Amino acid sequence: MGYSLDFGWLAGAVGAIARGAATTILLIAVTTLAGTFLSILGAAGKRNGPKPLRLAIATYVEVMRNTPFLVQLFFIFFGLPSLGVRLDPTLAAMLAMTLNMAAYTIEIVGAGLDAVPRGQTEAALALGLRPRQLFIKIVLPQALKVIYPALTSQIVIMMLESAVVSQIAVRELTYEADMLQARTFRAFETYFVVTMVYLGLSMGLRRLLVGGGRRVLGAGVS
Amino acid sequence: MIEFTFWDIVRNLLLAARWTVLLSLAAFIGGALVGLVVLFFRIAKTKWSRRIASGYIALFQGTPLLMQLFLMFFGLPMLGLRIEPWTAAALGLTFFASAYLAEIWRGGVDALPRGQWDAGASLGLHYLQELRLIILPQAFAITRAPTVGFLVQLIKSTALTSIIGFEELVRTSNAINNATFEPFKVYGLVALIFFVMCFPLTQYARRLERAAAH
Repeated sequence: MGYSLDFGWLAGAVGAIARGAATTILLIAVTTLAGTFLSILGAAGKRNGPKPLRLAIATYVEVMRNTPFLVQLFFIFFGLPSLGVRLDPTLAAMLAMTLNMAAYTIEIVGAGLDAVPRGQTEAALALGLRPRQLFIKIVLPQALKVIYPALTSQIVIMMLESAVVSQIAVRELTYEADMLQARTFRAFETYFVVTMVYLGLSMGLRRLLVGGGRRVLGAGVS
Repeated sequence: MIEFTFWDIVRNLLLAARWTVLLSLAAFIGGALVGLVVLFFRIAKTKWSRRIASGYIALFQGTPLLMQLFLMFFGLPMLGLRIEPWTAAALGLTFFASAYLAEIWRGGVDALPRGQWDAGASLGLHYLQELRLIILPQAFAITRAPTVGFLVQLIKSTALTSIIGFEELVRTSNAINNATFEPFKVYGLVALIFFVMCFPLTQYARRLERAAAH
């Protein structure tokens, strides 16, 4: 008994796959920006904030890092409405991805902040920079340069994890694959093609981030 | 209509958590065995074998686990194998784990000084003896922290097998939620159970990391 592969459906499916991929890219773009911003605030707060804030951030990081993303997603999408917060699927997905990624990148950014020599801060203070200027202009750029490779990996990991947001009916790449296979009854072929699209996306995203990082930060990323 | 008390929910979730634990263990052990094979290829002397292993690792690290599980679930029946959610879940996670563990351990092998190989050779050990007696024990020892860290990631990853129909913690919680309409409580409890499983391991990994730094 042989099973013959059939990719005849593919010609009619390119549009759906491209639409799904575009949504996946949108999700990860928003998550990258919001997550990085949030983790800079979080890392700064964890170092310089008042004690209750530091404790809150540490707890947040531990809770997010020790529970599955899928459960966090369900909690936000199905659980929050009972508190009166109703989010549409895409927004819930963006929120869950951002909160999840930030928990990992807070640690990464924090390590970068620690890596900037103390003398940099002292020199900036001696030049009369205000604390905020000092953080934004002196410490942060150097920290980002150090942690850029780790940040890049985390973004790619998050992009791959975003496949599960199909479970709350966000119309991204995996969701489109589910729809296609239900129509074509060619489950293996459909998921195979979409897996390859994901592989291309993750390689492309990594290349884009490495190239962009080199240009903007001068970060030495391989 | 069946009424679920709070304790009914907790009891059912804990019963389902057994499967999460079992699947994690099966995938970790299976992943370690397959990962060892991938590691042999990855550090072998011939170029093509290193290339195949790198490709294998890049493939699993560059695609979503959910897709890997789907391909396992829909692909294996085509080879004539009867496949159930448990088999697809265990096999899928085993291959996933093997790629990550091989890469972690390769880092350990690479970190050893060249002299360790030379010393082994000068004692007259052949390649496999060198690996077994000198290289691998040290490589495993220095990568213990990331290995435990990956185990945490693996436990969390078992949640995805609910999507291909494996009856573990998350799938059970979906069913309970559909009956009770208390998502806040149900998913909160699920998160708590995962936390209780993962947090001690995370702390252990952190302790190992700190010990290695000194």
